[in-house]
Amino acid sequence: MTNSISDFDKADLLFVIGSNTTECHPIIGRFIRQAVKFKETKLIVADPRNIELARVADIHLRHKPGTDVALINAMMNVIIKENLQDQEFIDKRTEGYDELVKTVNNYDTERATEITGVPQDEINAAARLFAEADSAIVTYSMGITQHITGTDNVKSLANIVMLTGNIGREGTGLSPLRGQNNVQGACDMGALPNVYPGYQNVDNSEIQKKFESAWGCKLSAKPGLTTTMMTDAMHEGRIKAMFVVGENPLMSEPHLNHARKAMERLAFLVVQDIFPTETSLMADVILPAAVFAEKDGTYTNTERRIQKLRKAIDPPAEAKSDWEIINMLAERLGHTFGFKSTAEIMDEIASLTPSYGGISHNRLDTGGLQWPCPNRDHPGTPFLHKDLFTRGKGKFHAVEYKSPAESTSEEFPLILTTGRMLEHWHTGSMSRRSDVLDALQPNGMIDIHPDDALKLGITDGDIVAVSSARGRIKTRAHITDKASPGVAYMAFHWSEAPANILTNPALDPFAKIPEYKVSAVKAELLVMDKERQDNQ
Amino acid sequence: MIKTDDASAEEVSTTITLTIDGREIETRDGATVLEAALASGIIIPTLCHDPDLRPYGACRLCVVEIEGMRGLVPSCTTLAREGMIIQTNTANVKKSRRITMELIVANHPADCLTCAKNQDCRLQHFASYLGVDQEHCDRLRKSTQVLPVDRRHPAFDFDPNKCILCAKCVRACHEVTCAAVIDLSYRGYDAKISTFGDKSWIEANCRSCGDCVDRCPTGALAPKNEMKGDRSVKTVCPYCGVGCSLYLGIRDNQIVNIKGDKKSPVNKGGLCVKGRFGFDFVKHPERLTRPLIRKKDVGRDVKIDRSNYRDFFREATWEEALELVADNLAACKEKEGPDSIGVLSSAKFTNEENYVVQKFARAVIGTNNIDHCARL
Ligand code: SF4
Ligand code: SF4
Ligand code: SF4
Repeated sequence: MTNSISDFDKADLLFVIGSNTTECHPIIGRFIRQAVKFKETKLIVADPRNIELARVADIHLRHKPGTDVALINAMMNVIIKENLQDQEFIDKRTEGYDELVKTVNNYDTERATEITGVPQDEINAAARLFAEADSAIVTYSMGITQHITGTDNVKSLANIVMLTGNIGREGTGLSPLRGQNNVQGACDMGALPNVYPGYQNVDNSEIQKKFESAWGCKLSAKPGLTTTMMTDAMHEGRIKAMFVVGENPLMSEPHLNHARKAMERLAFLVVQDIFPTETSLMADVILPAAVFAEKDGTYTNTERRIQKLRKAIDPPAEAKSDWEIINMLAERLGHTFGFKSTAEIMDEIASLTPSYGGISHNRLDTGGLQWPCPNRDHPGTPFLHKDLFTRGKGKFHAVEYKSPAESTSEEFPLILTTGRMLEHWHTGSMSRRSDVLDALQPNGMIDIHPDDALKLGITDGDIVAVSSARGRIKTRAHITDKASPGVAYMAFHWSEAPANILTNPALDPFAKIPEYKVSAVKAELLVMDKERQDNQ
Repeated sequence: MIKTDDASAEEVSTTITLTIDGREIETRDGATVLEAALASGIIIPTLCHDPDLRPYGACRLCVVEIEGMRGLVPSCTTLAREGMIIQTNTANVKKSRRITMELIVANHPADCLTCAKNQDCRLQHFASYLGVDQEHCDRLRKSTQVLPVDRRHPAFDFDPNKCILCAKCVRACHEVTCAAVIDLSYRGYDAKISTFGDKSWIEANCRSCGDCVDRCPTGALAPKNEMKGDRSVKTVCPYCGVGCSLYLGIRDNQIVNIKGDKKSPVNKGGLCVKGRFGFDFVKHPERLTRPLIRKKDVGRDVKIDRSNYRDFFREATWEEALELVADNLAACKEKEGPDSIGVLSSAKFTNEENYVVQKFARAVIGTNNIDHCARL
């Protein structure tokens, strides 16, 4: 995020879009609720589902999944038409405004209503409320990014933030909430196919030279493959061996059947993990790793804060920290890293990563530090883009609305969106093994709106078969008006009913994120589904 | 995030001076008398005060005498004023506190030794601090109603017999969590903490954050599976990207309790259900403890699951397992080139681990085929 968690308390308005914050980032969710309750902070929520925050919002925009660009363009259309933009900010700090105006001119509220399903007066009201706030924060999460238009969605949000001058000051900014505990850090550390640590491009020859001399070896300038592209490459035999550490792609990838077949073709698969998972059980070798409480190191949270993890207990039997395992393996392959502690690793990171240049373990004992932190005396950076954007002037990127990759049909009349629930996390390999969490939420289910349930003859608690063009699963129906008519919802934590059997692997062309949030499916009573299959 | 007094909390700059027990004290304008005293190290016993919650004035233990005001005044709900002269330890104050405490103790079950909050209980602490007369208590003791303990929540129990109606739990749920699941219902002798319509907490949409349990000054709300640790280690929650700071209580190489870090700028002591109650996966019997090698002739398409995997894998030493991995990766690199190998790192890993994994892919294997599930 460009700002800090403490900024939620300082804004006059919060605009939450595509984030079920109280379930997926509960502590930030409660800070938002506190601000609304005690500070009279205004709240706009845009979400197809009737999520908890929507119920305390001033305005809830219930747009159809995948229509975010149209919705934001229409809000900007209203702001510009009514001359509510921050012209001084636009003139001084941005470029590309004229193109933006041209594009959003085509998104009057009438057209937007047609696309998004949100009534015109609600779009008008939200636009005015947003523009009139002195300081506003836009918060989003995977509901924005997990679309084929994910990159466009983010650009739209950046547009509306710049249009109203809501960046670079306390209580303003664009706040993506990162899903897993250290997604931010994994990206910062260059666990990405195109960049070294600190987002330094692998195809930049100067950067390449810097890392070659630091690591004492030749390096490749050819950007590598992303997760989903690797799956295709395995399928086509271009990737023959995989080394998977701490991930369970056979639960988290879209269109799981495809991912499983791809992995079956590998000549060699090593998985390093803490539990037997769907993925590790396909491996040739499984290496036992340590959990968070058994190791030292750092995580970087969603507000770029680097915090220290401390070893509290020993790992069971012969399990080892992941960094120790990789160290040993590198040595066997003729490359000695020679790290004796995680503090030493951080020192090497700091020497090669400008934004982490001032980080060392002994500076992190209280509260942690927010990057950029370029040197040992730097106090860290609570909010970015104070006077300048990274590229100088902020650029408006005019974006056009594109419909989701898949739409409903006679055969698959429902849209399915996926996500997480409060009590569980990701592929469930940790949370499903917690007695308390599993007792609180033992069953997966599909949320279906009462209107759809009536049409389909389904009642609450029925076992239903849910299928898409890619696969079919069984789960329990939960009839609730949290779902919108025509839009069903499932969490993806359940290996008994993996939602990702159904999801669409269509990718955002830039970020390569699959469109988890829009798949066309059908749901029917299991008995009826059985009968039809028997008759075929 | 919690505001005591909206306008004044903003302006920290103005200070006022007052006198407590003959000591001149500076405090922030807008502070209560209790806050002013506590901030300068003067102890005033209280059971219902919590710096994160709005003042409530329920327990009456914090009474003081203030010049110019009649009788005893609760210090937690009285704003400090310039020039105030306050006494916290007069004979009247002491007598009032003792009686108040004796009334509470007389109505409280005396099973301290078996209570989950033993030694961690504010009531116990202040009862012994103030001194309670056994005879007085016995005289005051009524036939206490024995109410059933609510054990329906998987993470904590509620024993209404131990509840002193300080409403810390209610205020936490309304002001901190903002879930507003529990409330004080009924009046007088029947007053109690309950959910709307007396449903179980889960049915009442409790978010299981445990904030109420954490703040309860007695054993009324107590976690089911906690033990006292012999040391505590500060670390970070491994679940979501908020990155809440917390303390793990440790004994015998096990996590036995979890506390939010009140000083953390991230979570200010708060935790959600996963961070507070979700760490028992660490000692789950399914943890992998030794390297495993797939047995010969077990194809990758064989259906293996958590229940039967031991039939298809055999345990190996690190030596053997690493040898096998190194040989295969080296052979693949040799024969098909480095880009025929892919590496997936993890958004659950530490920064240091991610750094080492990408360095391994790039420097040792020689490929940029390195990614993690950030997108998923
Ligand atoms: S656990 Fe949290 S949500 Fe549930 S009653 Fe207590 S404070 Fe409220
Ligand atoms: S349950 Fe605990 S916190 Fe709640 S009113 Fe009773 S004693 Fe106070
Ligand atoms: S305690 Fe909850 S909100 Fe905090 S980091 Fe853990 S999972 Fe996230």
